[in-house]
Amino acid sequence: MSAPDVAGDLIAEQRVLHGVPQRGRHIWLYRFVLLIVFLAVWQFAAGHLVDPFWTSSPSAIAETLAKWLRSGLLLRHLSVTFEETATGFVIGAFLGIICGTAVGQNEIIARTIDPFVTALYGVPKIALAPLFIMWFGIGLMPKIVLAAISVFFLVFFNTLGGIREVDPKLIEAMRTMGASRWDIQRKVMIPASLPWIFLGFKLGLPYGFVGAVAAEMMASNQGIGFLTQSSAGQFDTAGVFSGLLALMVVTSGLNEALGLLERWIFRWR
Amino acid sequence: MRLAKRTENNPVRAEMSGSPAMISLSDVCKSFVAHGDRVTVLENLSLSVAKGEFLAIVGPSGSGKSTLLNIIAGIEPPSSGTIHYDGKPMRGVSTHVGYLTQHDSLLPWRTVAENIAVPLEIRHVLRHESQAQVSAIVRTVGLSGFERHHPRQLSGGMRKRVMLARTLVYDPETILMDEPFGPLDAQLKTVLQGELLRLWSNSRKTIVFVTHDIVEAITLADRVVVLSSRPGRIKLIEHISLDRPRDVHGVRFLPAFEDHYRRLWDSIEVDVRREASR
Repeated sequence: MSAPDVAGDLIAEQRVLHGVPQRGRHIWLYRFVLLIVFLAVWQFAAGHLVDPFWTSSPSAIAETLAKWLRSGLLLRHLSVTFEETATGFVIGAFLGIICGTAVGQNEIIARTIDPFVTALYGVPKIALAPLFIMWFGIGLMPKIVLAAISVFFLVFFNTLGGIREVDPKLIEAMRTMGASRWDIQRKVMIPASLPWIFLGFKLGLPYGFVGAVAAEMMASNQGIGFLTQSSAGQFDTAGVFSGLLALMVVTSGLNEALGLLERWIFRWR
Repeated sequence: MRLAKRTENNPVRAEMSGSPAMISLSDVCKSFVAHGDRVTVLENLSLSVAKGEFLAIVGPSGSGKSTLLNIIAGIEPPSSGTIHYDGKPMRGVSTHVGYLTQHDSLLPWRTVAENIAVPLEIRHVLRHESQAQVSAIVRTVGLSGFERHHPRQLSGGMRKRVMLARTLVYDPETILMDEPFGPLDAQLKTVLQGELLRLWSNSRKTIVFVTHDIVEAITLADRVVVLSSRPGRIKLIEHISLDRPRDVHGVRFLPAFEDHYRRLWDSIEVDVRREASR
């Protein structure tokens, strides 16, 4: 080992570890200020510039949220939606990975089914909701199925893309080391396509959520979608915004959790 | 070590006397179809590599050097002709051969130690044995202290060492190397050449070493094979008469080195000039 080589590497590494981008240091402060300004303008506008009947106001929304929280209403509906989304996500993601990996093994199969899967993917998933409600009733099932289908396609396409993008040189290198098909699958294909699969998760999660909520809005007696819809039915604008806000908080939380998991899995990058 | 210096011009078959052949190719042709045209990469190539021999292959770019290695490794089948490995006809990918390819084939998500352990995992070597073997080889290639680094954190030269370690760790009988020191700076290249020669003289593996660097070929090899530009044919086989062990720094100042260099350059020059003027 030549000494300058090592030193150069270490310095480069330290720069990555300890380097603080000067410009981004106050970004959280900027974000906070933006939020406060936005809320203040909204609060002022409601009652002065526009009728709060249409726009509600941050204070009214906070009041409604507090009321819902105290009565346990919010948590009950939120947990229903969460259950639908999570179950649908797990099922959709699992099937997406399995099918994507299986189809990725064989170029002929991949090319044969490609136009059909793409056509199915092109159908707005929401358009399937009435069908699922017809099949499965108004319980949790149609929401889970819709969430699962929304997640499935995104994970499927990403997994397939990941498998097909694996550097053939890595596979060749493994083969000369005497790797079996199974070795290559486990040691190269799956780890190499993990970033893609994760991208599928990240894209799929909000869609799964949308699927569940949309189905709730169409036919349901529980869930955040139902809560939002029924507030709108009573011309309770604050209720609608409270429902939307709850949705936003949940999706951001889920995305953040996925992001943390991703950073932990891809420490090597 | 051979006393007699032999230069065979346009040989159909060249073998080292004494040792049995480890790899023998006879009348190997390789062609493929690209954009509707049939391209012949290798033509009527016959060559034997003796057990324990260090053979270097030089030639202009596009002369099929890498293809030749792929054929010996069993990754690509020849279009015609036969290959025998250790007396047996080759079928599929050879597992007796360690292949150090030109491109980076480390798994980016594994650390240095985990990358080196891959061939041992494939052979189901027990974990504690594998760890011992890995740390031994890490010391050999001078990567101590970097076991837990990921490839991304290493320089090009260090990644090459990791690949070399990964090839050596499972102790293959034969090692194929495709311009392994190509992108490295001259100093580091010399250091690694020295390490390679030391490893080779301890283990006496069979090595087939592709390079575009004539100096490197003479420094390292027992014999240097010159391939012509496409379609690749054997133009010259030069037996290197330099004594071993060789000093990788000093060997190039020997008078014999100059003779070898001149003959190899004369042989390769026409093709290189044609390449350059294209």
